[in-house]
Amino acid sequence: MDRRATLMLAVLALLLAGLSALWMFQGLGAGNRGFILSLRATKLAALVTVAVAIGVATVLFQTVAANRVLTPSIMGFDALYVLMQTLMIVLLGNAGFAGLSAGPKFGIDVGVMTALAVVLFGTLLAKGARDIPRMILTGVILGVLFRSVSQFLGRVLDPNEFAVVQAVSFASFNRVDAALLPVAGVLTAVAVMAAIRLSPQLDVLALGRESAVSLGLRYRALVMGTLALVAMLVSVSTALVGPVAFFGLIVAGLAHGAMQNARHAGLIPAAGLIAAILLVGGQWLFERILGQAATLSVVVEFAGGLFFLYLLLKGRIR
Amino acid sequence: MIQISNLGHKIGGTQILHDISTSFPKGKLTALIGPNGAGKSTLLRLVGRLEPLQQGAITVAGHDVARTPTADLARVMAILGQQTAVASRLRLCELVAFGRWPHHQGRPRPEDRTKVAQAIDAFALSKLKNRFLDEVSGGQAQRAHIAMAFAQDTEWLLLDEPLNNLDMAHARALMARLRDLVDRQGRSVGLVVHEINYAAAWADHVIAMKDGRIMAEGTPDDVLTEAVLSDLYDAPISVGRHKDRPLVLHHA
Repeated sequence: MDRRATLMLAVLALLLAGLSALWMFQGLGAGNRGFILSLRATKLAALVTVAVAIGVATVLFQTVAANRVLTPSIMGFDALYVLMQTLMIVLLGNAGFAGLSAGPKFGIDVGVMTALAVVLFGTLLAKGARDIPRMILTGVILGVLFRSVSQFLGRVLDPNEFAVVQAVSFASFNRVDAALLPVAGVLTAVAVMAAIRLSPQLDVLALGRESAVSLGLRYRALVMGTLALVAMLVSVSTALVGPVAFFGLIVAGLAHGAMQNARHAGLIPAAGLIAAILLVGGQWLFERILGQAATLSVVVEFAGGLFFLYLLLKGRIR
Repeated sequence: MIQISNLGHKIGGTQILHDISTSFPKGKLTALIGPNGAGKSTLLRLVGRLEPLQQGAITVAGHDVARTPTADLARVMAILGQQTAVASRLRLCELVAFGRWPHHQGRPRPEDRTKVAQAIDAFALSKLKNRFLDEVSGGQAQRAHIAMAFAQDTEWLLLDEPLNNLDMAHARALMARLRDLVDRQGRSVGLVVHEINYAAAWADHVIAMKDGRIMAEGTPDDVLTEAVLSDLYDAPISVGRHKDRPLVLHHA
C-alpha cells in the first residue's frame, strides 16, 4: 500500500474512534452510568458490525460483478434473506419461529443463505459475466420475485404472524437484535479477514475474466468464494437491522473516491471504516441532536438513491 | 510446441470447430488467418484456456491444458483476449505490473519491477504510464494490455487480434517487437490477424481457417497464394511480391 492510502486509512480510523467516543460519552449523566454505557456499547457494536458488513459486502460484490453500480441489495441478496425468514414463519408459525434459539438459528440462516446465494448468483455471474445488462436485469427481477413472494406470503398469513414478518422486512437501526450480536460480530470479522487475505487475488479478479485467467487466477473458485463471503455479510447485516438497499452503494462509491487506488488491501478496510463513520455519526445525529425526529434508514436510502441516480446519469454502468 | 488434437467445439448448438488437429511450432511466429466466423479466436481461446475444452486435447510445451493447474500454465503462456475492458480504475503502469502476478502472487520483487519497466519501455508507454486507463485512447490501452502479457515473460505468447485499434506505425512496431521476441529470445508467438499482409510480412507459419476447419497451413509462401486465399475468402485476391515476401492485394 502506498503512503497516501495508509494515511487515508489512519485518518478514517481516527475519525471513527472520535465518533465512537462521542457516541459513548456525550451527555452522560451522573446516575446509572454503567447501564447507559453498556446500552450504548451494545448499540455501537451493532452499528459498526452492520456498517462493516454492508460496506465490505458491496465492495466485494462490485468487484465480482465488474460493475460499480450494482450492490448485493439491488441484486436481491437481502430480499432472499427476508424471503427465507418469511417462509420459516409460514412453516413454523409465530411460536415456532420465536422458539428457535437465536444463535443456532442464525448460524443455519447464514449457511442456507450462503449456499443459495452461491448457487443462484454464482450461475448467474458465471453465465452472464459477458452480458452485464442481462445480469443486472436478472438480478433485479429475482429481487422483485423474492420480495413479491414474501409479500404474498405476508398477505395470506394471520395478522400476528404478519407483524413478525414486517419486523424482519424493514430496516431499523433502533431495533437491533442484541442476542445475535456476538455471532454476527464473529462472522463479520471472519469474513472481512478472509476478504483482506484474498485482496491480491481480488485485484487480479477486477481485471476481468480473460486477464485474470491468463494470469493464472482460479477464476471460478474465487468468484464463488467471494460470493459466499458477500452472502455471509449480507445475512449478518439483514439479520441485525433489516434490508438497507442503497447504503452500500454510497459506501463503495466513497471508498473508491477516498482511496483513488483500486487495491483491495486498501479498499476493503476503507469501505468498512467509511460505513461505520456514516452509521455511527448518522445515528448519533438523529438520536441525540434531532431527538429521533427522522429515521436514519430513510435518510440513508434517500441520499443513496440520489447517489445511484447520479452514477447512472454519469454513465458509470459498464 | 502447441499440439492440438481432434479439437471440436460447440457454442449454443452451433459447431464452431470441427475435429481440428494441428500444431504451433516452437520458436516461430504463427499467424491464424481466415474470414469472420472461421473459428480462429475460438481456437486460440481454447489453447489459452479462456474457454473450457469440450472435445479433443491441447498441450502447450508438454502441459496438458485441461489438467495442468492454471497458475502453472500462467508461467508457460500468456494470452490476451479481445475483452480488455477493466472495471477498476487503474493507471497504465499498475495494469502492466499485473503481468508479473503469476511469478510473485501479490508480493513483487525487484526483478519484477525491472521486467515491468522493460515492458513499459518496449511498448513506448513511458509518457503515459501514470495516466488512468479510461484517460487514454483505445489503441494506447491496447498497447498497455499487450505490455502486460509481455511482462508475463512466458515461453508462449498468444494474442487475439492484437492489432485492433492500433495505428499503422504502432501495429508495425508491435509486429517488429514480436519478431524480436522470436528471433532473439527464442520465444514462440501465436496470433490472430485480420490484415493478411501483417502475416505475410512477419509470420513464419500461417494457419488458414474457414468454417471451423483448417484449409491450409505452412510457410507464408506456401499458404498465401492466389488459389488458397481466393478460396478462403470467396473473393478474387491477387498476390504480388514485395521484398521477397508475398504481398496480398485485395482492392478490386
